[in-house]
Amino acid sequence: MPDVIPADSVGIVTPQIAPFDTPLALSCGHTLSSYQLIYETYGTLNEQASNAILICHALSGDHHAAGYHAMADKKPGWWDTAIGPGKAIDTNQYFVISLNNLGGCCGSTGPTTINPETGQRWEASFPIVTVEDWVESQARLADVLGIETFAAIVGGSLGGMQVLEWSIRFPTRLKAAVIVASAPKLSTQNIAFNEVARQSIRRDPDFFDGQYLDHDSVPTNGLGLARMLGHITYLSDDAMGAKFGRQMRHDTYQYHYGVEFEVESYLRYQGEAFTKRFDANTYMLMTKALDYFDPAARTDGDLSVALSKAQCEFLLVSFTTDWRFSPERSEEIVDALVKAGKQVSYAKIEATEGHDAFLFPIPRYMTVLNTFLTRISKQHILEKNHAL
Amino acid sequence: MRSDLEIIDEWVKPNIRVLDLACGPGELLHHLIQNKQVNGYGLEIGHEDLNTCLEKGIPVLEQNIDEGLQNFDDQSFDLVLMTHALQQFRRPDLLIDEMLRIGKECIITFPNFGHWRSRMHLALKGRMPVSDFLPYNWYDTPNIHFFTFQDFERLCHEKDIKVLRWAAVDGQLKDHWWIRSMPNLFSETAIFHISR
Repeated sequence: MPDVIPADSVGIVTPQIAPFDTPLALSCGHTLSSYQLIYETYGTLNEQASNAILICHALSGDHHAAGYHAMADKKPGWWDTAIGPGKAIDTNQYFVISLNNLGGCCGSTGPTTINPETGQRWEASFPIVTVEDWVESQARLADVLGIETFAAIVGGSLGGMQVLEWSIRFPTRLKAAVIVASAPKLSTQNIAFNEVARQSIRRDPDFFDGQYLDHDSVPTNGLGLARMLGHITYLSDDAMGAKFGRQMRHDTYQYHYGVEFEVESYLRYQGEAFTKRFDANTYMLMTKALDYFDPAARTDGDLSVALSKAQCEFLLVSFTTDWRFSPERSEEIVDALVKAGKQVSYAKIEATEGHDAFLFPIPRYMTVLNTFLTRISKQHILEKNHAL
Repeated sequence: MRSDLEIIDEWVKPNIRVLDLACGPGELLHHLIQNKQVNGYGLEIGHEDLNTCLEKGIPVLEQNIDEGLQNFDDQSFDLVLMTHALQQFRRPDLLIDEMLRIGKECIITFPNFGHWRSRMHLALKGRMPVSDFLPYNWYDTPNIHFFTFQDFERLCHEKDIKVLRWAAVDGQLKDHWWIRSMPNLFSETAIFHISR
C-alpha cells in the first residue's frame, strides 16, 4: 500500500467500460453480437487527438497498466515502471490507453461474463480469440475515444504481436510501433510449453471441461502448475540462480516431497497467487492466441511481404537473457522490416531478468523508449498541427 | 558538416538504399536522409550514439559487426558505408568482402597511417603515434589494425576490387593538390569508393 502516491505515478485511476453492439466476426468463425471492453486512460488527450498511445498487454496482463485503484492497493498497475508523469511513457505528454483484451477475465467480455444469448456465463463456450480479433476490437475502442491515428502503439511479448498486427492491418492508424521482447510467431518449443500449461489445466479434476464455475470450483492445481511452468520460462537461469541458488528451508535434506529448496516455495507461491486473480479458461484462450499468431502465414511465410503494407516507424527492443522470446526472434522482425525497406530501429538491452525484463525499469531500456517516443510524439503533433 | 563527409555526399546518388556500418551518432546518414532522400539504416553498438540516432529519427540497429552481417541479403543495398571504423574490426579484409556482397558499391574512409607525421613520430620517438586524430595509446585504442593509403589500394588490387574514385584529406579534413599528388604521405584520412 502506498502511504502517499509517488510523484511519478498516475495516481488513483478508475477503469471505464465501453459497450459495443456492432457484431464482431472472429477469426474462428464465431460472431460476437455484443461485447464490452474495460480500459483505463492516463494523461490528457490533446485537441488534435494526436498524442494517444495504446498499450497492448501480454498473456496475464489487463487494463490496469499504471497507478492504483485504491490507496489500499498493494501494487500499482503492471507497467507502472514505464507509464507516468516524467516516466518513459510520459503522461505529461501522452494520452495513454490500456485495455483488457476480449476473452480476458478482468472486466472485458470473456469466459467469466454472461453470454447475452443464453443468459449463462460463457465459460468454456467462449470462442477462441486471436491477435487479429483483438486488434480489430482495439480499433473500435479507438473510434469510440475519437482517436483516428495513434502516435504510437506499444506492447511487450504477446502485446508486441498485437502491435505488429496493428502495423499490417491498420497501417494509417499508427505513427509508430514499439515491439518489446516479442516474436513474429511462436517457436515449436514455445507452443510446446503452452500445450503443457493447457494440459495441466485441462487434466485438473476441478476443471469440469471448462464449466468449473457452474460447479463452484476452480482448477487451482492445474492453473497453478501452468503458471509455475510459465514463470520458469519468463526468468533466466542466472536470475533464478542469483535469487535462490540452492538455498534450503532446513539445514539438511529432509528426504520428502515438501518444500526443500527456496525456489520450490517461490514457485508454489507464484502459482497459488495466480489462481486467485486469473481465470483458467482465459489462460487457455490467451495461450492459444499466442500459438495461432503468424502474420507471415498469410504471405507464403515471407514476413517482409506481410510487413510491406506497414507505414509506421518501428522500434524493436529485446533483452539479452530472454530465452522465451530471445533477441534472435526480435531480430527476425527487424530483418524482415529492413528487407521491406521500412523505418526501423533496434536496441538489444543487457538485462539479467530474462523475458520478465520488459516489465523492469532498466535505465537504458527506459531511455531508449523515452527517446524514441518523445521524438515520435513531437513529430506527430507537429505534422498534425501543420495539417490543420 | 565535415569535409570528408561533404566529399562522400557528392558521390552519393539520391533515393538509394544505404547501410552505414558503425554509423556513430549518425551525422552522415542524417544528412543523406535529409538531402538525398536515401532510405538508410545505421549499425551501431555504442549506447549513446544509438540514442542520438533515435533522437534524430535515424533508423539505427544495434548489431555487432564483428559477429557477422549474414542477416543482410546479397546486393540488398545500393551503397554500404563505413567511415573511420574499418581499422577497429578483427578482419577488415573479410569485412570488405561482406560489404561488397551486401552493397552494390561501398564507400570506406580510414585514417592513413602512412601520413608523414605518423612516420616521423615512430621514426624519431620510437613510439606509436598519438595525435589529435588518433588520440589513443597503443593499449586502449579501439583501432586494432593500422594501415596506409597504399596498403588499402594493394588490398583492392589483390581482391580484384574496382576503385571507382578516391579522395584524400588532411587533419582539417580539407583536400589540397599536394595531398592529391602524394596521398600516402600527406593524407590523414583516405576515402575510397569501391565496387566489384
